[in-house]
Amino acid sequence: MLMTDFIILVLGIAVLFYVLLGGADFGAGIVELLTGKRGIDTISKAIAPVWEANHIWLILAVVILFNGFPLVYTTLTTYLHIPLFIILLGIIFRGTAFTFRYYDTVKDNMYKYYTQLFRISSLLTPFFLGVILGAIMLGKIPSQVDGTFYEIFIAPWLNLFSFTTGIFLTLLFGWLAAIYLLGEARDDESFQTFAKTSRTFFVLLIVSGLSVFLVAEMYELNFFSRFLHSSVAIGCVLVATAIIPFLWAGIRHRNNLLTRFLASVQTACILTGWFAIQFPVMIYLADGTALTIQNSQAPERTMSLLVYALVAGILLIFPAFYYLFKVFKFSQNKQS
Amino acid sequence: MDDFLAARLQMTVSFVFHIVFACIGMTMPWLMFVAELKWIKTGRKVYQDLSKAWARGVAIFFAVGAVSGTVLSFELGLLWPKFMEHAGAIIGMPFSWEGTAFFLEAIALGIFLYGRNRVNKRIHLISGLVVGIAGVVSGIFVIAANAWMNSPSGFDWVNGQAINIDPIKAMFNNAWFQQALHMTIAAFASTSFAVAGVHAFMLLRHKGNEFHRGAIRIALAFGAVAAILQPISGDISAKNVAKLQPAKLAAMESLFKTSKPAALVIGGIPDEEKEEVKYGIHIPHLLSFLAHGDLNAEVEGLDKTSKENWPPVVIVHFAFQIMVFMGMLMMGAGILFLIFNFKWKENLDKRWWLKLLVWLTPVGFIAVEAGWIVTEVGRQPWIIYGIMKTKDAVTPMPGVQYPFYLITLIYLVLTFLVILLMRRQIFAVHMNSQNINAHD
Repeated sequence: MLMTDFIILVLGIAVLFYVLLGGADFGAGIVELLTGKRGIDTISKAIAPVWEANHIWLILAVVILFNGFPLVYTTLTTYLHIPLFIILLGIIFRGTAFTFRYYDTVKDNMYKYYTQLFRISSLLTPFFLGVILGAIMLGKIPSQVDGTFYEIFIAPWLNLFSFTTGIFLTLLFGWLAAIYLLGEARDDESFQTFAKTSRTFFVLLIVSGLSVFLVAEMYELNFFSRFLHSSVAIGCVLVATAIIPFLWAGIRHRNNLLTRFLASVQTACILTGWFAIQFPVMIYLADGTALTIQNSQAPERTMSLLVYALVAGILLIFPAFYYLFKVFKFSQNKQS
Repeated sequence: MDDFLAARLQMTVSFVFHIVFACIGMTMPWLMFVAELKWIKTGRKVYQDLSKAWARGVAIFFAVGAVSGTVLSFELGLLWPKFMEHAGAIIGMPFSWEGTAFFLEAIALGIFLYGRNRVNKRIHLISGLVVGIAGVVSGIFVIAANAWMNSPSGFDWVNGQAINIDPIKAMFNNAWFQQALHMTIAAFASTSFAVAGVHAFMLLRHKGNEFHRGAIRIALAFGAVAAILQPISGDISAKNVAKLQPAKLAAMESLFKTSKPAALVIGGIPDEEKEEVKYGIHIPHLLSFLAHGDLNAEVEGLDKTSKENWPPVVIVHFAFQIMVFMGMLMMGAGILFLIFNFKWKENLDKRWWLKLLVWLTPVGFIAVEAGWIVTEVGRQPWIIYGIMKTKDAVTPMPGVQYPFYLITLIYLVLTFLVILLMRRQIFAVHMNSQNINAHD
């Protein structure tokens, strides 16, 4: 079982990194929606060197799923075909529109279209990612193809709860981006813009977080009581709350490294808290059963080889990733 | 439209689109690396300009390749969930390695593209090399997974379930080596000829331009070697397919009846109803020799396979002929290039030679697409050869034609945009540098 735990840990880390880094890249597009022209330059320069590497955390998570938990992967791709397809469209449009905008040699009408497309797809993708997270918690996903098209392929994700989690994740990405961009701002005006954006997102995030709990009660998911029964989840909420004043102070004193770190810890708390009440379930199904870590995992031989691949991958990727960020992110102040 | 057909077409469109970017992603970093190396060694500015110009191209192609590759990793499950349910545990391993290679590639590319003024020259150069190596390695891992579909191994199939799974055996199946070799060489040949063609076009307009002359020399050095090696790897492939998938080889050659000896058919129009080939050129004994290395060997025809398990003969036959023909064109040009390099160097600046290169621009990619049609259509009706039929793996969701239409439309638009963008990049080389929206 140690093998499976390790794989789940890496999966969790991949998801966390994807939310923190990939999320901030998507969030940058959302922030651009609010700040408009003022943000473009900072945002383009900030995400160009890193967005592709950040995107690959998602690939890692997908590969772990279809190699280690094939049934989870195929259940998602079968019953959540439509929102997953929308996410793919978002991934295509965000990546290409951003790159085309960045590299085009002429600034004409195409530049405007690329910008529009970049912003809209940056908003759409996190929303539907959140919808999918909601859908796997809600327990409306069927275990077999039996019923109407609406019941099987629409109802599992087209509902208030999934949409609430979608909004939550979108706001989380936007907030992370605003915090992250504070450290990229080159002048006082854009710093103030991003600081204001981060405050707006923070307030909205708290409101939307509470509504996730309230809507969950409407659907009788018992989030409150499940939360209260998990000491890990309670701990996460306490830590995340305790950090808030330090985060505000970090922004006020423009300690960008501290602010980024604290925001990352808060995000890690949110994910860990969610994980604590979800564990060991991966997908709740409509018939009352669930796909769990245990009942959906691949045979032992596959799992042990996956562990080797992940260990080797981590040994190669983490130092390289650290170096990438050292070159482009940590040495920011020296450069300007 | 029938859902099964729509799913197959969506997969086709996604592959046809992605494979071009995959080839470029495997090859262009090497061209860029050599240009950078030449700049460091000779100190000639033109090579640095070249490295920078190619790097911009790599950035655009890599981004499109990364997102279209992500689409495929989801489409495997969106369109063929029954396949992935079983195959995931068996061939997921090469994908997890591919993920690592791809990660390193993206990181190294970030450093190469944006770090020119931030890291020292040596690290910058090494990062270019890492992009090249990681690109080729990740390509090989993906191809190993595809080869498993042609030559499934590393499991026992009992009552519709895979047991005794051994992912290592599955990855190193009997087809992986020849497929990886053939595809890697194909990527180098196709991309190099395309790059040479584009620069030849510009050289015709800007006579004697050192930038384009240098570009053609680097690209064709790779392209010529690859195009000349490719028939050897093709021969290995043919013998391998003859052994593992006789029906595919029979379809490629439209060999309806088992023959001893078997003739090679060049061209012609196969008729599946009458089981004959019209208007083809038959070369006696040659197929026996190519398939088994013996002029009189028996070659299995389609008659050994029941008709419901035939691949679509006409498509496979034509695709194979096209691939070979395009490969021959590249090989011919490659040989000419090497000859001119040793003797009659003046020919390399002649208009007829540059025009020839312009005409050869798309040839390699046509060969790659045709080759993949042979591989994939030639495996039909199987998704896992001899184990699972493609129609049994398709998603239960009705209405697949709508995502198919959408993906097709999007990829058409993206193709148009990439061409527009590259056109602008290429012409920008000759524009006043102030107009260029450069970031470095």
